[in-house]
Amino acid sequence: MPQAAKTMTIEQRLEQGKRRKARRETLAGIAFVLPSFLGFVVFILVPVLMALGISFCDWNFLKGWGAIRFTGLDNYMRLFQDDWFRISFRNNILFTAVTVPVLLVLGLVMAEVINRHVYGGTVVRVLIFIPYIASIVAVCTVWQVMLQPSYGPVNQFLMSLGIENPPKWLVDEHWVMPAIMLINIWTQVGYYVAVYMSGLKNVPNEIYEAAAIDGANGVRQFFSITVPMVRPTTFFLAVMGIIGSFKVFDLISVLTSGGPGNSSSVMAYYIYKTAFLDFKMGYACALAWALFVVIFAVTMVQWHFQKNFSNE
Amino acid sequence: MLKIKRSRLQVHKVILTALFFFIGITMLAPLLWMISTSFKAENTVFEFPIRWIPKNGVGFENYREVWGQQYQFGRFYWNSIKITVLSTAFQILISALGAYSFTKINWKLRDKVFLLYLATMMIPPQVMIVSRFVIMQKMHLYNTHIGIILMTMLSTYGVFLLRQAMLGIPDSLCESARIDGAGHVRIFLRIILPLITPSIATLAVLKFVWTWNDYQTPLIFLSNRDLFTIQLGMKVFASESGSIYSLTMAAAVSSTLPLILVFLLGQRYIIDGIASGAVKE
Repeated sequence: MPQAAKTMTIEQRLEQGKRRKARRETLAGIAFVLPSFLGFVVFILVPVLMALGISFCDWNFLKGWGAIRFTGLDNYMRLFQDDWFRISFRNNILFTAVTVPVLLVLGLVMAEVINRHVYGGTVVRVLIFIPYIASIVAVCTVWQVMLQPSYGPVNQFLMSLGIENPPKWLVDEHWVMPAIMLINIWTQVGYYVAVYMSGLKNVPNEIYEAAAIDGANGVRQFFSITVPMVRPTTFFLAVMGIIGSFKVFDLISVLTSGGPGNSSSVMAYYIYKTAFLDFKMGYACALAWALFVVIFAVTMVQWHFQKNFSNE
Repeated sequence: MLKIKRSRLQVHKVILTALFFFIGITMLAPLLWMISTSFKAENTVFEFPIRWIPKNGVGFENYREVWGQQYQFGRFYWNSIKITVLSTAFQILISALGAYSFTKINWKLRDKVFLLYLATMMIPPQVMIVSRFVIMQKMHLYNTHIGIILMTMLSTYGVFLLRQAMLGIPDSLCESARIDGAGHVRIFLRIILPLITPSIATLAVLKFVWTWNDYQTPLIFLSNRDLFTIQLGMKVFASESGSIYSLTMAAAVSSTLPLILVFLLGQRYIIDGIASGAVKE
């Protein structure tokens, strides 16, 4: 009997110690996470919830808090009749549909060639990467001058080739999107090449050697070995590329401000314009949530496919 | 037979090497044109065919003007350095502390809080700009550097990246340190931080480049010209003196060349870091 009581107390004491230790652990855990969590609450969690609330209101920020009016789903209904929204959305889709596939193909082909068929590949990689690291404002300013319609170097060059009426690029509503997409491909391709090159490092060289012995040439090797082997990288780049191109802002804001007219506006720029140039905070939030829905859909598709990938 | 094949291979390699160096240089042409134009007198900017080495150039005259009293590029520079360095340093500290708590300390709700972090990663920043703007106004942080630093120093991505690195460190290492009487602070500083230095370097590089090149945040949250960062200063400069192309190019070189030089020095590190960290904010 006394022995049993003694074991009880030891167990109890152990239990007590464990609980005290758990409490200490919890306190330490909270202390370590606190700085990041505070920032998270103030600058992410609360803004997201607020944005949801504001999106159901009509609010001109300049008129102060008193000017907020609850308008229910009005902002969301307006989306469907808004010309700027339609064009911005269309431009985002065009931008994504053109630049992402082009970047994937260019990136992979260039990475493969640089990796396996070029001397001094690291130097080439650096040269191609420089436009990606250069500041986008400076880069856009340079392109603006280079694409100057009447005496910019690009059009002077085209005219010297005998093209009489070269495109007016950024000031022509039909050429502005192609020009922006070209500039974007130019800045991004180095990134795609670099990511593909680091993906290619994981492909064992023996596979290529075996294929070469079987008589497969470089092109054949590219399609039957490289393309399937880097599929996870392609997948990753495609998803990131799609999400990134729906968020494109700097390029448009610096190059054209959505012009001429609204012909080069995109979602991120239109949201900025609505909130900070037109001061329609409620409508800007509704636009932003529409953008979120698209990005969310892409992410869901990604998860679905990723599950299938890992099941294979 | 084999020998012939190998030498043939080299010929095609030489041709492709030449081709790709040509492509690489061509891709740099706009930037080379920017540098060359920044040394030209205004009336020779659009001479065609392009003179890559300026004839009768003006030397550093354009730069002297850009950096001088009127345009104050020095101030923009200082603002950018201040914001970028502080924001990067604090982000690493905060992210590392958070990541440590999410991996090496057991506490209730830990995984739920982390899930909340993850869930917000797919929300585009555009959703938050309006309410962030309101919050910054209310907290009197609008139009201050502190506001920008506070806002940009937290990123769920940083926590995520360092958490991944810390997951790779076996718990037994921390446990044996605990048995020796080390507390969490000591384990964090002495064991964990040294082991995740490569990931910290990756995060630092990414964050530095992003913050230096960030245009949207200062555009929205700064209105006082004295506080402008180099990107914002560059944009204002281009819209004010946009028709003086030689000056604009000198400003463009000033705003981007330092980063390119830093990149060239540490290129291997930076490219690998960006390619492996491979997620963009």
